[in-house]
Amino acid sequence: MTKPLKIVVLAKQVPDTRNVGKNAMKEDGTVNRAALPAIFNPEDLNALEQALRLKDRIPGTTVQLLTMGPGRAADIIREGLFRGADGGVLLTDRKFAGADTLATSYALMQAIRKLNPDLILAGRQAIDGDTAQVGPQVAEKLNWPQITYAEEILSCNGERIQVKRRLERGVETVSAPLPVLITVHGSAATCRSRHAKQLLKYKRAKTLSEWQDAGNNAYGSQLPDYLRITEWGVADVGGDEQQFGLSGSPTKVKKIENIVFQAKESKRLTASDVDGLIKELMSNHTIG
Amino acid sequence: MNFYTDNKDLQFQLQHPLMRKIVELKENNFADNGKYDYAPANTDDALDSYGRVLEVIGDICANVIAPNAEDVDHEGPQVIDGRVKYATGTQQNHDALTQAGVYGLSLPREYGGLNFSMVPYVIAAELVSRADAGFANIWGLQDCAETIHEFATQEIKDRFLPRINKGDTCSMDLTEPDAGSDLQAVMLKATWDEPDGVWRLNGVKRFITNGDAQIKLILARSEEGSTDGRGLSCFVYDKNDGGVTVRRIENKLGIKGSPTCELVFNNAPALLVGDRKLGLIKYVMSLMNGARLGTGAQSVGLSEAAFREALKYAHERAQFGKAIVNFPAVYEMLGLIKARLQASRALLYETARFVDVYKACNLLAEKRKLTPEERAEQKEFQKQADLFTPLVKLFASEYANQNAYDALQIHGGSGFMKDYPVERLYRDARILTIYEGTSQLQVVAAIRGVSTGAYLNKIRIYEKEPVKAEHEHLRKILITMTDQYEQAVQLVLDKADKEHTDFHARRLVEMAGHIIMGYLLLRDSQNSDDFIRSAAIYITRGQAWNTERYAFIASFEIDHLSAYSVMKDAREA
Repeated sequence: MTKPLKIVVLAKQVPDTRNVGKNAMKEDGTVNRAALPAIFNPEDLNALEQALRLKDRIPGTTVQLLTMGPGRAADIIREGLFRGADGGVLLTDRKFAGADTLATSYALMQAIRKLNPDLILAGRQAIDGDTAQVGPQVAEKLNWPQITYAEEILSCNGERIQVKRRLERGVETVSAPLPVLITVHGSAATCRSRHAKQLLKYKRAKTLSEWQDAGNNAYGSQLPDYLRITEWGVADVGGDEQQFGLSGSPTKVKKIENIVFQAKESKRLTASDVDGLIKELMSNHTIG
Repeated sequence: MNFYTDNKDLQFQLQHPLMRKIVELKENNFADNGKYDYAPANTDDALDSYGRVLEVIGDICANVIAPNAEDVDHEGPQVIDGRVKYATGTQQNHDALTQAGVYGLSLPREYGGLNFSMVPYVIAAELVSRADAGFANIWGLQDCAETIHEFATQEIKDRFLPRINKGDTCSMDLTEPDAGSDLQAVMLKATWDEPDGVWRLNGVKRFITNGDAQIKLILARSEEGSTDGRGLSCFVYDKNDGGVTVRRIENKLGIKGSPTCELVFNNAPALLVGDRKLGLIKYVMSLMNGARLGTGAQSVGLSEAAFREALKYAHERAQFGKAIVNFPAVYEMLGLIKARLQASRALLYETARFVDVYKACNLLAEKRKLTPEERAEQKEFQKQADLFTPLVKLFASEYANQNAYDALQIHGGSGFMKDYPVERLYRDARILTIYEGTSQLQVVAAIRGVSTGAYLNKIRIYEKEPVKAEHEHLRKILITMTDQYEQAVQLVLDKADKEHTDFHARRLVEMAGHIIMGYLLLRDSQNSDDFIRSAAIYITRGQAWNTERYAFIASFEIDHLSAYSVMKDAREA
């Protein structure tokens, strides 16, 4: 019997930049979040699937989602619950706002210390910032080993984990001791769909703030625990207040420019390359 | 992409006023609330759950099943060592639905189901069929669980029903080489094995859809020496017990992903469902009624797919300097496809609601005594369901074929090539008017409703429903059609000749059907603007269709039959 794992999946609510329309950017060059639907960052869903597969394989394993964002990011926790996660925490506080990757990873690290998992899974990168920094920064702050670009978790015996990585020119199999942080690549298995019973069970799960917005001052006393989504602020996670949010963010945006791509080189294709071209254009979101 | 959220007509069905009543009957004062964390607390909660789960199914249909359809059609299933191996995509479809926990949608929660009513179950069947009509069979065979639930012992229910939600599939093993439409001729032998306390089945079944299923319902002859339907009983079989092998699978025109098996039973152990001798007359009839509604849903789903393919192509394809949708000959076809689609869908859900009410009453009756009003309602709705089920099967399947035909026509030469999905739809549609009772047999089942006046009574009730002033002209046409139908029925009945009545039966049933679907579209038009164009098309065309039938019947003399019946003697062309 393999020892059950406590897994935390880091997930982010992002604007859907895959279907960008005319008004996707505001005049000042920043993303017009109102015009783009908020979705579960795609590679975080790949990470969630890897976590759920471990839960399927190792009895007693639990999967918690951890996300930071405004109140509506509770949708990310609910989506995870619908697909098979056991619970989740929303980090939300005005003091977290304006965080760059450094301040974000600091907040996540503080929360993770409280959750005390054996394994952290995260998407390789988010489709809004595309930095791929937060996962590795969290690992560094925790002083844990990290495995990036994971495509599949091959095995886990409770002590060590074996992972297949998807690299530019091939694959690589590595192993690491637990605890470890793994970032998952988009080529990993697609996340399973919502489960009917989980969906119906958790469809009314809300954070305390959401219950208050809905007109209830507090969780009803009869409200079962599974309908309460945990919400943590700065006071709950502790740490150095200066390192959260804007004050903890050394990144300063100087200027944002709208770049119009210009063709510089051309490719000559034969008829038989068309399938490959379509796949390439779809994978880099030029079409589709 | 989501096949549920992109289809307003399906969402409209959940808003029908009768749905609230159906949910309340089905949930029996929401007794499961608190017992199961996924059970609804009230009617709105239950209807919300219906929509949410259909969204999950719509997602899997659009993003897993539909993209797999072409490969499944090419690859097909295989037989390896007497067992069926699904095409890769078929297995993926099944796994995705199992993983989402949506099998057993309509089973009670105590058996792992979601206790949904018939309407969302039918919507789900339609969604799956729009994605892949062949796969719709594997999904739809969970109907067998309904029959087990309704008629089998508690022990059998406890053993088999919880397995549906976990992904065990079913088959209904009825047909044999010499027993197709005529199931009374079934020969598969069932003998009681006293020492083992089970029945043993021996013989051959043919054309069995998903014949290698884990759970089978089987029609077999339990009464030695009997020759008709009264010697047949219904059995349930567990694949884990062994004794059944797949001899071969058929190479078919369409629905290629759905394995059609020839089975050999060799002392296969089985358990009796319900009472002996009632196999065909009670249980299989009930099973078939469910299956006919299922084929109705499958047909409407295929029509939806055909309509969307045709509409898309008509806008994309340019000839003579413009998109072909701009030509009257093309947009007429599209208008007709949509009218037939919406008409058959209206009939499908009207019938599903009838089934819903009486089945919910049946279940309720197991838990408490029904009030006299409830009992009257149960009887009335069952009558309506029996009256409408053959119409659903007849019209939905015939329209699916007409729609696939026109959709392919709109594609022109490209439609004839394997490059577009429409050729698969065209092939898949062809079985729909044949299995689960041919169109001709649906007419045999429906003609009683013509001769007893049951359809006419129902039509006269629809006639009294209020319509907006601007729709009044359509109602007037329907009233004219009803008078004409009444006369046509009288003309046929007056001749009092069985063969002559049988000869015109289909025409009469179709006349009734056109009027009924006309009224249903008109009724839906009172609540939503999405139906009025189809109502106008269907009612005006329906009048022309019925007038043609009337003219033929009115000018027909009994001796005209001989021109056709001479075929009985003409053995060679």
